Amino acid sequence: MSEDLRKIIIDGEEIEVPNSFTLLQAAEAAGREIPRFCYHERLSVAGNCRMCLVELVGAPKPAASCAMNVRDMRGGPNGEPPAMNTLSPLVKKAREGVMEFLLINHPLDCPICDQGGECDLQDQSLVYGRTGSRFPENKRAVEDKEMGPIIATEMTRCIQCTRCVRFVTEVAGSPEIGMIGRGEDAEITTYLESAVQSELSGNVIDLCPVGALTSKPYAFNARPWELKKTETIDVMDALGSNIRVDARGSAVLRILPRVHEGVNEEWISDKTRYAWEGLGRQRLDKPYVRENGKLRPADWPEALTIAAEKLGGDASKIGMIAGDLCSAEEMKAAKDLADALGVTSIDCRQDGAKVGGGAREDYLFNATIAGIEDADAILVIGANPRKEAAILNARIRKTWLHNDTQVGVIGEAVDLTYPYEHVGTSADVLAGLKKKRSGFIKTLKDAKRPLILVGSGALTRADGAQVLRAAGELADAVGAVSAEWNGLSILHTAASRVAGLDLGFVPGEGGHDVAGMQSTALDTIVLMGADELDMSQFGDAFVIYVGSHGDAGAHRADLILPGAAWTEQDGLFANTEGRVQLAYRATFPKGEAKENWAIFRALSERLGKTLPYNNLTELRHKLFEDVPVLAGIDHAPGASEGYDAKAAGAAGDVEATDFVPAVGNFYFTNPIVRASKTLAECSALASGPAQMAAE
Amino acid sequence: MSVRRLAKEQPDSFAFNEKSEAEIKFWLAKYPEAKKASAVIPMLWIAQKQEGWVCEPALREIAGRLDMPYIRVYEVATFYTMFNLEPVGEHLIQVCGTTPCMLRGSEELIDVCKKRIGKQHEISADGKFTWVEVECMGACANAPMIQLANSDGDHYIEDLDGAKLEALMDDLAAGKTVKYGPQSDRNASEPHGTKVLSDPSLYDGSRAKKIKLPNTGKAEG
Repeated sequence: MSEDLRKIIIDGEEIEVPNSFTLLQAAEAAGREIPRFCYHERLSVAGNCRMCLVELVGAPKPAASCAMNVRDMRGGPNGEPPAMNTLSPLVKKAREGVMEFLLINHPLDCPICDQGGECDLQDQSLVYGRTGSRFPENKRAVEDKEMGPIIATEMTRCIQCTRCVRFVTEVAGSPEIGMIGRGEDAEITTYLESAVQSELSGNVIDLCPVGALTSKPYAFNARPWELKKTETIDVMDALGSNIRVDARGSAVLRILPRVHEGVNEEWISDKTRYAWEGLGRQRLDKPYVRENGKLRPADWPEALTIAAEKLGGDASKIGMIAGDLCSAEEMKAAKDLADALGVTSIDCRQDGAKVGGGAREDYLFNATIAGIEDADAILVIGANPRKEAAILNARIRKTWLHNDTQVGVIGEAVDLTYPYEHVGTSADVLAGLKKKRSGFIKTLKDAKRPLILVGSGALTRADGAQVLRAAGELADAVGAVSAEWNGLSILHTAASRVAGLDLGFVPGEGGHDVAGMQSTALDTIVLMGADELDMSQFGDAFVIYVGSHGDAGAHRADLILPGAAWTEQDGLFANTEGRVQLAYRATFPKGEAKENWAIFRALSERLGKTLPYNNLTELRHKLFEDVPVLAGIDHAPGASEGYDAKAAGAAGDVEATDFVPAVGNFYFTNPIVRASKTLAECSALASGPAQMAAE
Repeated sequence: MSVRRLAKEQPDSFAFNEKSEAEIKFWLAKYPEAKKASAVIPMLWIAQKQEGWVCEPALREIAGRLDMPYIRVYEVATFYTMFNLEPVGEHLIQVCGTTPCMLRGSEELIDVCKKRIGKQHEISADGKFTWVEVECMGACANAPMIQLANSDGDHYIEDLDGAKLEALMDDLAAGKTVKYGPQSDRNASEPHGTKVLSDPSLYDGSRAKKIKLPNTGKAEG
């Protein structure tokens, strides 16, 4: 598309904009705010709400600015540039007319509407609403629709903007919502009112400009102005989606997305959105000690004394496992304590992924998430990105939709919301791919910027390191790695993983990894929110659980040290790209729970190995000193010179067994979401037959 | 028009019969593979002609054949009022109620329908008839008129009045063939009492040069 600049006069002010701009974009470039309901930057243009009307000078009627291009405008009779007015009395009158029609059938239930206070219709009626009503007839009423456990509907409020329909069709890629009927009887619904099953469905709640689609779990909980908003980071997957946590008092009441073009654009997955429900349930709010097989509440001095006693034992018989939701600081504190004690059996890879140890690029999503849009061929290896990183999958879908990117999959043939070439299911297909001449290898070789996406499922196998080497060799063979583009991309599933590997939270000399810790009889195991393990494998070891939720780890634990969940402490998280982001505290830890790094700091004092920091700032100084790469906040490293993809992983043959994706149940990947009722309902829906949803 | 919903009682399954399959083949041939969703309206028509109405299993069957999400077919079926979402009688009488027909006595036709069949959209006791009021069908010169839709096709029956409609319905109920077109002495929409088109070859197509229609593979006049 040519980006020819075109002069246009907006309210008497001449500016130059690309001729591919719509009038609405041109007006925004000129600093004008155009009201809109149906138009959304990330969705296709529908042009049906008519709120964005502007006056075209010389045209007989106002035009919808979202649906008209600058290049289609006509200049004046003497060669003047085309002109439009966005502030003229005609525009105001036209928009008032549109608003009046919208309000004719809109209920006056703002005081009890969950959208109240953050409603586009409410806000815009402030400027364009007429006083009084000229409509004595009955208002239209629409039956509410069932859309599943996430979306509450009040369809009488719907203004038929179709944003939700366009979102699920275009972005989420699961066309489940549609508009039936026509004219006054048009209604938004799902097919036979079945539940929306997309893992991105919650975004339609944000998109809805009115209160027709609202959040079911949040219904009638709070008004937006009572909430304390904290801009932070999500830890439900390894993407680090930017979120805003809204809390009232000590309770987190909802989670909303924030815009970050490099990570999540402005979407979040349903798991991210409803993790807050889990923050209020199954919490560990005081220390517990197991006595005669039963956990009894204890106080901190007692608990710390017991823990110090156990950790003071034989260092070779002690292990530490960091879970998926740990911040860099708490892992740093734990690692420093382990180093001070001489403990070498430490591991941050509770799924047993064979990554870490080599170059940083070996375990990063080097193409970067935004870089997916530059890729012209993508090979997904042993991953189901839809479940492992739903937002990233939406990116792949976006590039498939707009750039005609070819996608191939080695692994389970699942519905990824876009068509792909199924190259194979087993690991030897990957190893043999680079020797092939036709098929998907040709697509990759012909591509300018091929992307090799390696999922956790491929790396947690016994031959994970060999699979990584095969992927690295393939990336090298197809020219995916250069100074400008590094297509070898590892997709992690745990928010803590990259920072953990950066810190070196991996077994030291003579130390055991997770599997080793389970197979050898250790005396003491410290679980830092690590629950995705087979707890029966720890034998007679004394298990100290440091964490926030009563899940598998706490059930096995002999001593529980209650910690903070990620919304209750400041923390650094490196996402799968290696982008370090700051999470901020939204509420305080529950009950007697402490920030996790402080627990290790307190333990170190008891053990006589006091860690050299007294507060989080000092800890961060030490962290940045030791691991400088974590100091580059919000920087995704991407491609760099001198990286040898062929050296990733370890040499050896891969087994001819099928890849198994890392995430089985999208809604149940960590202790926080397992405590969420809404997500449990979603999970039941996803695993049950689709027909059940209609009941 | 009011809110259109699928019928509460639906058959368990739906399958196109042989005649329908032949028509589907004809229609699908008109669109490239990637754009076959364009055939959704013809497919809905075919399903409706086969069963008299469009049932929910038929929507899913059509969606499956055209690689469309169910909701997209559902949207189309509910948008167009010509698709019957509930079962209708053997003969569907669509009475034009728009101004020209109304001025020429369509209300009388509606009274007959009400008396004989019952409420709009309901099937008569004998299962033979359903009636609906529709908007202008473009035959104003022959007002008032109805369109008779049944397995035989869709036919205009024009220049009606109450008595004629009742006689027509008697004939239909008895299974007799009825005359389509104007029920007066007119041939078409010429002024009453004039003699035009007296030679059938002027309108029966026999004078036309045979041409080949695109996509049909057969010559038609």
